[in-house]
Amino acid sequence: MEIFGVPLQAMLGQLLLGLVNGSFYAMLSLGLAVIFGLLNIINFSHGALYMMGAYGAYIGLTTFEMNYWVALVVAPLVVGAFGMVIERAMLQWLYKLDHLYGLLLTFGLTLMLEGLFRSFFGVSGQPYPVPDALRGATDVGFMVLPNYRAWVVLASLIVCFATWFVIERTKLGAYLRAATENPKLVQAFGINVPLMVMLTFGFGVALAAFAGVLAAPIIQVNPLMGSNLIIVVFAVVVIGGMGSIMGAILTGLGLGLIEGLTKVFYPEASSTVVFVIMIIVLLVRPAGLFGKEK
Amino acid sequence: MNKQVIGYALLIVLGLLAPFFVYPVFLMKALCFALFACAFNLLIGYTGLLSFGHAAFLGGGGYMAGQAIKMWGFPTELGLLMGMFSGAVLGFVIGSLAIRRQGIYFAMITLALSQMLYFFCLQAKFTGGEDGLQAVPRGTLLGSISLADDLTLYYVVFAIFIAGFWMIHRTIHSPFGQVLKAIRENEPRAISLGYDVDRYKLLAFVISTALAGLAGATKTVMLGFETLTDVHWHMSGEVVLMTLLGGMGTVLGPVVGAFTVKALEDKLGDFGDLLAVTTGIEWFKTIGESVTIVTGLIFVVCVLAFRRGIVGELAALLKNKPH
Amino acid sequence: MKQKTLIALAVSAALLAATAAYAQQAKPGAISGDVVKVGVLTDMSGLYSDLGGQGSVEAAKMAVADFGGKVLGKNIEVIGADHQNKADVGAQKAREWFDQQGVDMITDALNSAVGIAVTKVAGEKKRILMDVGAASTRLTNEDCNPYTVHYAYDTYALANGTGNAIVKQGGKSWFFLTADYAFGHSLEADTANVVKAGGGTVAGAVRHPLNAADFSSFLLQAQASKAQIVGLANAGGDTINSIKAANEFGITKNQKLAGLLVFITDIHSLGLPTTQGMFLTDGWYWDLNDETRKFGRRYFDKMKKMPTMVQAGVYSSTLTYLKAVAAVGTDNADAVMAQLKKAKINDMFAKNGYVRADGRMIHDMYLMEVKKQSESKYPWDYYHVRATIPGEQAYQPLSLSRCPMITKK
Repeated sequence: MEIFGVPLQAMLGQLLLGLVNGSFYAMLSLGLAVIFGLLNIINFSHGALYMMGAYGAYIGLTTFEMNYWVALVVAPLVVGAFGMVIERAMLQWLYKLDHLYGLLLTFGLTLMLEGLFRSFFGVSGQPYPVPDALRGATDVGFMVLPNYRAWVVLASLIVCFATWFVIERTKLGAYLRAATENPKLVQAFGINVPLMVMLTFGFGVALAAFAGVLAAPIIQVNPLMGSNLIIVVFAVVVIGGMGSIMGAILTGLGLGLIEGLTKVFYPEASSTVVFVIMIIVLLVRPAGLFGKEK
Repeated sequence: MNKQVIGYALLIVLGLLAPFFVYPVFLMKALCFALFACAFNLLIGYTGLLSFGHAAFLGGGGYMAGQAIKMWGFPTELGLLMGMFSGAVLGFVIGSLAIRRQGIYFAMITLALSQMLYFFCLQAKFTGGEDGLQAVPRGTLLGSISLADDLTLYYVVFAIFIAGFWMIHRTIHSPFGQVLKAIRENEPRAISLGYDVDRYKLLAFVISTALAGLAGATKTVMLGFETLTDVHWHMSGEVVLMTLLGGMGTVLGPVVGAFTVKALEDKLGDFGDLLAVTTGIEWFKTIGESVTIVTGLIFVVCVLAFRRGIVGELAALLKNKPH
Repeated sequence: MKQKTLIALAVSAALLAATAAYAQQAKPGAISGDVVKVGVLTDMSGLYSDLGGQGSVEAAKMAVADFGGKVLGKNIEVIGADHQNKADVGAQKAREWFDQQGVDMITDALNSAVGIAVTKVAGEKKRILMDVGAASTRLTNEDCNPYTVHYAYDTYALANGTGNAIVKQGGKSWFFLTADYAFGHSLEADTANVVKAGGGTVAGAVRHPLNAADFSSFLLQAQASKAQIVGLANAGGDTINSIKAANEFGITKNQKLAGLLVFITDIHSLGLPTTQGMFLTDGWYWDLNDETRKFGRRYFDKMKKMPTMVQAGVYSSTLTYLKAVAAVGTDNADAVMAQLKKAKINDMFAKNGYVRADGRMIHDMYLMEVKKQSESKYPWDYYHVRATIPGEQAYQPLSLSRCPMITKK
């Protein structure tokens, strides 16, 4: 069977690969959405923190002989803690100001982080091996899928939906959503809102770092690995709208799939397809697919 | 008022004399960026719109001017107008899309769209990809005055800058500019007063991008080439930095900011060497290799402690001084 | 305060005028400014800083030291600057160096956009540029000029050398993974031409965007083509990530990769397990012979890395320039250029190399195959030299040149 001259098997394979990329978009845009929801800050440094996650794994492996599974937990924790320091030291002074300052501050942070890692590790990047347990590939009928890629999809889906569950279905999540709506009132109920804000930022950052560790064995660990990704993720966020957690996840996965298809039919456009979709969405539904315009 | 006129006159005299003391090529480049930053400031400082994709207009104008002069044989002045015009057209297209959303989304949309233009410029044949559009002749002014001489060209660039600056100044101080400020301060109120806010925003956007295009075109003519650096998102960040550092919403801020940033980019290495020699600490030599880190640091410091920028802080100091 | 600035400005202006006047006074037959200055214009912190960067500056200094630190009794000085991969910064630095600092020769100038911009400045100021790091063939074609030497390599030589040599070794069917912009297209076209001329076939090509996040999709298409050789017509991070994905998807089991623009730093950063068996062309390798090894070790002692072709080329270009200055007894650019185009280049970088009329330095290139981990005996022991490609065959023949200096004749 063929679709537009492409065998169905090849097509399914490409869709599956698209889903792998979509998982990264989903994790990153989810982190951005969580942070934006509570802090009203668009975190430009998200890409740089994703890069730090990957470097966390690399440094862990080379300096502390930390294996992949440990790194998957430790690196997000360390980077998340770093994020909390940033929040306490810098971001907290900006909440009363225009959102734009948050964007500008994190933009500056991005330049600094990338520059520092670049001068320390060089630009060619460092290799990170695929963990032993996930080596090899499995024949899934229509393609031979490397086990590691399957793990990426699985892990990111688990993390994304766990996040959704916590925020939308638990008491802690309810506090969080309430604080988003009216921080003063929630504070009055005796909940420590600044602490919650700090932890939320740390969590969003840790999500980015987690994605970074997941990416490390697939792509070369490189100081600039996040800087091109972040703009695409911004477009994803504009398309989805930042109003809903589920929206961010679904848009990320969906765009990964669409990008995967573009790579088969018209690979020249695969870098721009997300932006084109963004334009269409802006024309048809300016608030984004899942967004509520305030 | 009188004081202001004297101030500007002094600055113009300074501008006319400057090339005898400072390297003219550097001055021209800084002036192009100053015009670019002033155009950007019209949006951020007076309309409250943060465009994170202004590189698209600088580079777009630069490429079009280069193409027009080099390949289509346009005279230099027409080439410059062509750059300005393409900045306006690009601005109209991108602006129409971006003003459908506000605040932070506006910034992200302009960033994404300018990234699209970056990919276009990378792939298009006429831009020469990463080799850049090279060997654009400087040509002559009005068919008679050769622009090959740096000093002659400097005065042309200076005149273009003054014209652009004057235009922005006029815009800000016109009734139109007052409406823009009203939008910046309180958009819903401006709407309720009956202003078609989107049209005002779009017009301001197009004026800004046209001038950015002109700045890019002038830069291309002056340097004789245009490369992908000018459409890359780093450039969009750089113009934000110039404006922020100099002082958002001040007339002269962006000019000061542009000169500071360009001088930094150029002289940081020498400065680091100087520090290393005077203090004897070898490490300072590496400063020259870390322009991005220093840039990032300035960004962070500005946002945290120095939001009014150099000119803004100076103005505040002067105001507080007892008379 | 203001007075002080004014005084400072006046003093610097006076100094400026003085140097300018001095530069004009210098007659042929002498050394301008009583010092020979070599400027290393490179990328210190960006994408190419591992290729050139501080290592290039160090290499130029080593060349000066090996030359004895003096030429015609005058001191030799090396200065370096970071062009940040911005053509405007690079061109302006070059102007300032030529106009105000009396730099006689600029070397490295990697990054094609910067290289071409600087060659224009060199032509205008009639000073010498020995471009080592830029890849674009435009430096010796459309944008050639009498004061520029393109020293180490170009995309044509890499594509041509790799294509030719691999076809000869039996790699007849090709599929290309091409970066979708002018650079990738020309790499692909140049390689495809020699493959076809050598009796090979091109099964197809897929165009990927610059800085693509993921290459697996494109590589599956390469795999489906069943071509023997997958040519990587891309560079830097794109090449690195395509090689990684090719390994992950087991493509390297049945097909061989041919990198059309791969440097030893890329191999070093990927590691041998990932790159083993890959073909690539290089203009220089530290482990070619005793001479190169000696230089490599000396460099390693300083920089803790082995030199790349670019850094070795900067060393060689500086040495060649100084020899030419000594031979003609002046640093006058016209005289030195004439000598450069006359003399053979023989040092650890090139054997019987020479500079052609279009400014192209012709020297042998090498087809490498990356060693297996088990074959690598010591650090940086990465390549088997599979073939030596004579310079005349590697580089674009003069008859195809689009350089106005050549076509006019």
